[in-house]
Amino acid sequence: MATTQILIGEPEAPAEPQLIVNDMSIQVATVNGSGSQTSNLVLLRAIFRMGIPVSGKNLFPSNIAGLPTWFTIRASKYGYIGRRKEIDLLVAMNPETVEEDVRALDPGAAVVYDERLDVKKYRDDLLFYPVPFDKLVAPVCPDAKLRKLVRNMIYVGVVAKLLNVDMGDVEKALRKQFKKKVKAADLNFAAVKAGWEYASKNMPKQDHFWLERMNLNEGKIMIEGNAAAALGAMFAGVTVVTWYPITPSSSLCETLIDYMKRYRIDPETKKATFAIVQAEDELAAIGMVVGAGWAGARAMTATAGPGISLMAEFIGLGYYAEVPGVIFDIQRVGPSTGLPTRTMQGDIISTALLSHGDTKHPLLFPCSMSECFTMAIEAFDIAEELQTPVFVMCDLDLGMNMWMSDPFPYPEKPIRRGKVLTDEDLNRLGGFQRYKDVDGDGVGYRTLPGTKHPAAGYFTRGSGHDERAIYSEKPDVYTKNVDRLARKWQTAVGLVPRPEIQESGKDGIGIVAYGTSHWAVVETLDQLRREQNIEAGYCRVRGYPFNHEIIDFIRRHQRVYVVEQNRDAQLLGLLRLDLEPELIGKLRSIRHYDGLPIDARSTTDSIVTQEIAGTAPATAAPGVTSKSSQEVQA
Amino acid sequence: MATTTVPPAPPRKVNRIGLEQAEYKGNKTTLCAGCGHNAISERIIEAFYEMGVEPHRVAKLSGIGCSSKSPAYFLRTSYGFNAVHGRMPSVATGTVLANHKLIAVGVSGDGDTASIGIGQFVHLMRRNLPIIYIIEDNGVYGLTKGQFSATADIGSKLKTGVINDLPAIDTCALAILLGATYVARSFSGDKRQLLALIEGAVAHHGTAMLDVISPCVTFNDHEGSTKSYSYVKDHESPIEDVSFVPFFEDISVDYDPGTTTEITMHDGSRLLLKKLNTDYDPTNKGEALRVLTEAHDNEEVVTGLFYVDTKRESFIDQLNLVDEPLATLPESRVRPPKSVLDEVMESLR
Repeated sequence: MATTQILIGEPEAPAEPQLIVNDMSIQVATVNGSGSQTSNLVLLRAIFRMGIPVSGKNLFPSNIAGLPTWFTIRASKYGYIGRRKEIDLLVAMNPETVEEDVRALDPGAAVVYDERLDVKKYRDDLLFYPVPFDKLVAPVCPDAKLRKLVRNMIYVGVVAKLLNVDMGDVEKALRKQFKKKVKAADLNFAAVKAGWEYASKNMPKQDHFWLERMNLNEGKIMIEGNAAAALGAMFAGVTVVTWYPITPSSSLCETLIDYMKRYRIDPETKKATFAIVQAEDELAAIGMVVGAGWAGARAMTATAGPGISLMAEFIGLGYYAEVPGVIFDIQRVGPSTGLPTRTMQGDIISTALLSHGDTKHPLLFPCSMSECFTMAIEAFDIAEELQTPVFVMCDLDLGMNMWMSDPFPYPEKPIRRGKVLTDEDLNRLGGFQRYKDVDGDGVGYRTLPGTKHPAAGYFTRGSGHDERAIYSEKPDVYTKNVDRLARKWQTAVGLVPRPEIQESGKDGIGIVAYGTSHWAVVETLDQLRREQNIEAGYCRVRGYPFNHEIIDFIRRHQRVYVVEQNRDAQLLGLLRLDLEPELIGKLRSIRHYDGLPIDARSTTDSIVTQEIAGTAPATAAPGVTSKSSQEVQA
Repeated sequence: MATTTVPPAPPRKVNRIGLEQAEYKGNKTTLCAGCGHNAISERIIEAFYEMGVEPHRVAKLSGIGCSSKSPAYFLRTSYGFNAVHGRMPSVATGTVLANHKLIAVGVSGDGDTASIGIGQFVHLMRRNLPIIYIIEDNGVYGLTKGQFSATADIGSKLKTGVINDLPAIDTCALAILLGATYVARSFSGDKRQLLALIEGAVAHHGTAMLDVISPCVTFNDHEGSTKSYSYVKDHESPIEDVSFVPFFEDISVDYDPGTTTEITMHDGSRLLLKKLNTDYDPTNKGEALRVLTEAHDNEEVVTGLFYVDTKRESFIDQLNLVDEPLATLPESRVRPPKSVLDEVMESLR
């Protein structure tokens, strides 16, 4: 767990109950397009700079400006960076949602709010911090047009004062955020100071939350998963990138464009060692990947569920014609206008079996920034070694939120380009058969178009071909070909990332999870131990097809909870396809599917409820989900 | 004993790179006897032979349909890819991005291009990707047994008696509007013109779009069809007489000034467009579109090179790619050094 585990110990009862240090959640409720994202990131980065493990979740609408948006910052001395749904301090800036936001708080929570909002009429069991935002912003920002944007910086100062965030770190974070725009940075920092000074003079501390400097973030970076994956693609040596904008994947390719322009221009000729093309749609984006992969490029696209749906036919062709390509799926909720800006592990089954016929595809499940980077590199190697499309299954939470991370390791191993024959190889061999299983691993040798040898050319098409790539509809030829593809699938088992297994030393409960659900599960493991005296084993699935270690983990445990962020227990469904019947009976399901990132409390409660009920396995009962996870409010 | 003298073997006829024409052939066609598509395959074979193109540099790409089967019937030793229906343009684009040294030949049909593939077609034309894009256009779906396609003329009749009551999509007019830089229409039965136009397309750098009327002998060659052999023969109206002089042949052609437009292609080859009845300027977009519109009104099948622009940058030029194919760049040129990763990591602290 070296790259992803940052736990440094378990929570204990605070020595001084009056003060809760470095263990809290802040929620900021604002209006989309009001500049609040910058304020929130400044706060997040300032806490990061103080050496306190921190995470930020942006819950935003599908909208440019005007609709409500929330940002949650969690600081945890225990290193928990998954979402925590309980809010300790609310910054209520949005009149549209203030009632809902305030009513969702637990008693005793604190609320910083615009004094014009009459928060007290909704609750009398909170700690109230009214702030005259308009009065404070006017003197620091004479330009009335800018006030809407600068206004949100005031709460940064107020919160910094209330929680003891270091103003030096706030200023550094703010200047990093504004980069070279010094005037804008000065203006905004003046607003922060105005908030801080107001709070100093007028807001005696009522709550018990406090932040203190730690040293847990030494050397660490903050990055979004999409940027981490883009870096991975660049260091994987990607040469052709074709994409179509779709939330939440667009920033992956946009960041990649920035990095490639900077680091992948040939120093001598000033020409590009890559081609990046914004395609007309996802059909074309994947078609270009297939064409480029066929011609030998390291080719990729990035998309989300609706794009994956459109790509289905081409992916099937890629599978049968055996063309490498990498597809980053930044999963989100729903088609069309259904929650496109909310997170979900929703494309697991549809992507694993995408297209028609007997198609199945390797999936990689990164859970962290480091894995977005390393798995991007691995995906290109696997795609070329297996000559097939490979998917990197991220999600919106991973891709678009800021996460702290250890710096990424420079790839130690050289790029693996798979079985490609050159003209020299062909001179030696005399010829080749494109789809012949020479090595017994189901993977044939290929040539790249342009290879100068009379025996190098071949004709690529769908499933109806023999070993020499000649068209055939003969039953035995077809069967032989798809049976070879099944052998190739066995080879894939050994190539996709192995699971990460944390033994409990006991054979009772096991937990299986993947991707961002990991961050809830590591906390759930501690909660189960602390609250229920349950030591659970944990298997984090990192690749599909499933490795035997996953099957063995299930075999070793009496009950195995599969934790995922979809309604239909999609990974559990895939496991059932591979498992013996007696093992299927061990599986139970924990599902979280309200569009928000999964949290530990809901997960733990759901496991405990099922443990107490001692109930029927999950396979029988769709819809069994944690009540608490359904109750989560944005 | 009478002595017989064996006549010397005729000299082996080869092209400028020493290959015989037979080396440009493909597998035996499986299309219907008399299908116009086979005639187009033959012209492709001749053109590539005469131009002396190295077969290993050719990528043959197609979608789905009768037309899209035909790349198997020419240039056997080249690289072929039979993609999915209507999506050849994207596969071709990816192929050329990966290796811009390849000569891409895309073969499509009227259904493959003008219906299911119209989206990819228009964007390919817009990009001016270096490709020879041939539509084998017969106005019907062959493999699914004779439904109208979107290039069928209004009023044209199916074998079943069904009349087409929608206007045809003119792929040439569309290509010209969208930015393709070499746009022609020809007829599979017009050997000389088609050969010269394909050779011109090989010499062109950018999107060369050829809509070749190619009658379907099985489903659309009857009385009442506007894509039958006899109809096209009777209604064909070439706008110019096209000849092609390849760059490697030092031939001077005499013509009276004012009778012929000479176009010098990217590789130095020349197209000679001898004026027929009208004074036609193939570098004028507006004129090209007027001629195409009038042809529909007059129920004429105009053929010839409608539009050519040898100056516009191709998509590959715009991308400013390194000279070598991206596909085979070594690791040292595609994986930045550790110092770059260190620099990026530092910027994220």
